[in-house]
Amino acid sequence: MSIFGFHYRLERKAIGLVLGIIVVASIGGLVEIAPLFTIHQTVEDVSDMRLYTPLELAGRNIYIREGCYACHSQMIRTLRDEVDRYGPYSLAIESKYDHPMLWGSKRTGPDLARIGEKYSDQWHVAHLLNPRDVVPVSVMPAYDWLLATELFTDDLSLHLKAQRTVGVPYTDEMIANAAFDAYGQSNPDSPQAEGVTKRYGKATTVRAFDGQPGRLTEMDALVAYLQVLGRLTDAAHKSMAEAGAVQ
Amino acid sequence: MIKQLTLIERQHAILISLAVAVCGVFLLIAGRNDPLGVHGALLFVAGVLTIFLVGRHYFAPEPSDDRLSRYYDDPSKAGIILAMAWVVFGLAVGDWVAWQLVYPDLTFGGGWSSFGRIRPVHTTSVIFGFGGNGLIATSLYVLQRTSRARLPDQLSPWFVLIGYNLFCLLAVTGYLMGITQSKEYAEPEWYADIWLVVVWVVYFLIYLRTLARRKEPHIYVSNWYYMAFILVVAMLHIVNNLAVPVSLGHAKSYSIFSGVQDAMTQWWYGHNAVAFFLTAGFLGMMYYFLPVQSGRPIFSYRLSIISFWGITFLYMWAGSHHLHYTALPQWVQTLGMTFSLMLLIPSWASAGNALLTLNGAWHKVRDDATLRFMMVAAVFYGLTTFEGSFMAIRTVNSLSHYTDWTIGHVHAGALGWVAMITFGSIYAAVPWLWKQKGMYSAKLVEAHFAFALAGTVIYVFAMWNSGIVQGLMWRTYNESGTLAYSFLDSLVAMRPYYIARAFGGLLFLIGACIGAYNIWMTIRFPSLAAEQSGDLPERKLATQPAE
Repeated sequence: MSIFGFHYRLERKAIGLVLGIIVVASIGGLVEIAPLFTIHQTVEDVSDMRLYTPLELAGRNIYIREGCYACHSQMIRTLRDEVDRYGPYSLAIESKYDHPMLWGSKRTGPDLARIGEKYSDQWHVAHLLNPRDVVPVSVMPAYDWLLATELFTDDLSLHLKAQRTVGVPYTDEMIANAAFDAYGQSNPDSPQAEGVTKRYGKATTVRAFDGQPGRLTEMDALVAYLQVLGRLTDAAHKSMAEAGAVQ
Repeated sequence: MIKQLTLIERQHAILISLAVAVCGVFLLIAGRNDPLGVHGALLFVAGVLTIFLVGRHYFAPEPSDDRLSRYYDDPSKAGIILAMAWVVFGLAVGDWVAWQLVYPDLTFGGGWSSFGRIRPVHTTSVIFGFGGNGLIATSLYVLQRTSRARLPDQLSPWFVLIGYNLFCLLAVTGYLMGITQSKEYAEPEWYADIWLVVVWVVYFLIYLRTLARRKEPHIYVSNWYYMAFILVVAMLHIVNNLAVPVSLGHAKSYSIFSGVQDAMTQWWYGHNAVAFFLTAGFLGMMYYFLPVQSGRPIFSYRLSIISFWGITFLYMWAGSHHLHYTALPQWVQTLGMTFSLMLLIPSWASAGNALLTLNGAWHKVRDDATLRFMMVAAVFYGLTTFEGSFMAIRTVNSLSHYTDWTIGHVHAGALGWVAMITFGSIYAAVPWLWKQKGMYSAKLVEAHFAFALAGTVIYVFAMWNSGIVQGLMWRTYNESGTLAYSFLDSLVAMRPYYIARAFGGLLFLIGACIGAYNIWMTIRFPSLAAEQSGDLPERKLATQPAE
């Protein structure tokens, strides 16, 4: 019986077609996606990987809300010009706690995977208030309302809890103190500031990101997030250095 | 519309609307401190409005039984009108977004009108609003005629159509408020996603129930494609949208996947949204409307079998070509590239099958702009699938990825293939559905065709140029071994192309407005049922099976 003869009979059965479609369409995804969860080498093991602080997570959610990913990637490819332009190529571990990932697909603006601490807080605030004040040819929208909007922190514990449900290892203490930590990270002189480095590590930056120590604004959160991009672990720099040593 | 429903269907309609309104109240209360509350209110209003509309005609006489000897086309009619409304809206937003890249301050101040929020409004309106309504409208039309069976009931198609548009409305209004999952083409949040699953299951059941009652022994090839579209989109949608909401009172959720696994899942979804939403469904459309409008049978039955199963199998592997040279393991990238190249075979088999079907009818292509829409669509389908396979090659992708070339590629597909085949099919279906001799004005169809083609070509050429210039500038080194251009140099170089692109988009929008006007005028004319022509011979349902 020819294959077309078989099909001639198959196409007379709705259920046959349905099952055929489901089986045939499932194979690709099963082969390509399922092993990414089981093959250990898919994501590197590093010891110094940090978690986003509540303030950085809130900033990340603003980045998502405003659709920044439509124009900015966070994925430096393994190409010479990209490494020269943006820094060491991105490793899988660096977005291990990114639910969802923000690798992006388009660079209307530059890649941001290693933007952290490349510019000062003041530069970021001025740039977000009106990009054309600091970059005259920029086509980025202005985000001036961020500085005027107080950051809503009441539900940050719930956010951390949901993150823990999907696999980010936040501790009970981190969850309980989420709102305090968000306030403390942007107010270095406040009593809450100490807890942030205690819980999230000494490498955490505690600064008045928006230049107003007394207020906690959405600008604080977004700048805190931008300043931590590429700085959750040193693994990418180390792997570049090792590659250089081998050569 | 309501008077067509039986009493039981009216009761069910009220119950469903009541359930929607109650869900709305729940979300309104739970999400009172969150943008979710606004969507709760929207659902409540939608539910109450539907109850009111149904209730107004609740005691109207029930429809007579001779309706059962005719196809049920009212949902298809409404779907076509909705598709035209969405396309005009979506293209207008798209052109606005395009001009924002030329004049970045072309916003209304607040966050809602900035690029990042309205760009998904554009993509969702054209892909899901226009494309989706076009698919639902034509699939119900084609399903009945190729099965020679009436839809199983009158309520479920309305549930699908209205429910689907409610989903689109939740999506688009959500982006403006900043509600998004940030997954491209899967931006709507968890509650909208759940609602879409409910709608989709009912849609699929309409298909199975109608096929079960068919009077043709064979299921026509269009229906294979429409079924693959419904089934696989359900698979993709459910897996890629698995997420944990912050609480039942928050619109925000966190994807259960992260990092590299999330990237692969997203582009498995993203690329197959192209495959099964923007290709399979529209191939179903083409396999019905192209042969009927040209009066020629499909060139090859065997080619359609090869291309159908080829597309269904191979496409699902191709998503990883969106992630070349990234932190995704290279074996997955290589598989994605390999299958993308193989995909050219079934793609060109479909495009070739369509064009060869026109042999013996090329004089009609010359004279009939409706058929020309379909012919040009098949050509663009062939061009775009070739370009897609080409761009999936790793070394080509190193240049094209992250640049405007990708934008040019998707618009060659979206404008040249998806929109053209839909406009062609709508121009064919509108006179049949509203029992007219033809469209209100054949000249306006010609004008629409000219605007659409010119707009597409200008758009695509502008983006090819800008993309390749951008990609080359980013990788050019000077003699001293350092990068020759800053990122800003490449941005400045884009400006003329961005102007050209926005102009091309404007032409395409003008064409769509002409089309909407023409369709509106056709519908408004008094029925010429007696002297209708161009319709299929079987107006009434066959009472005897064919075999």
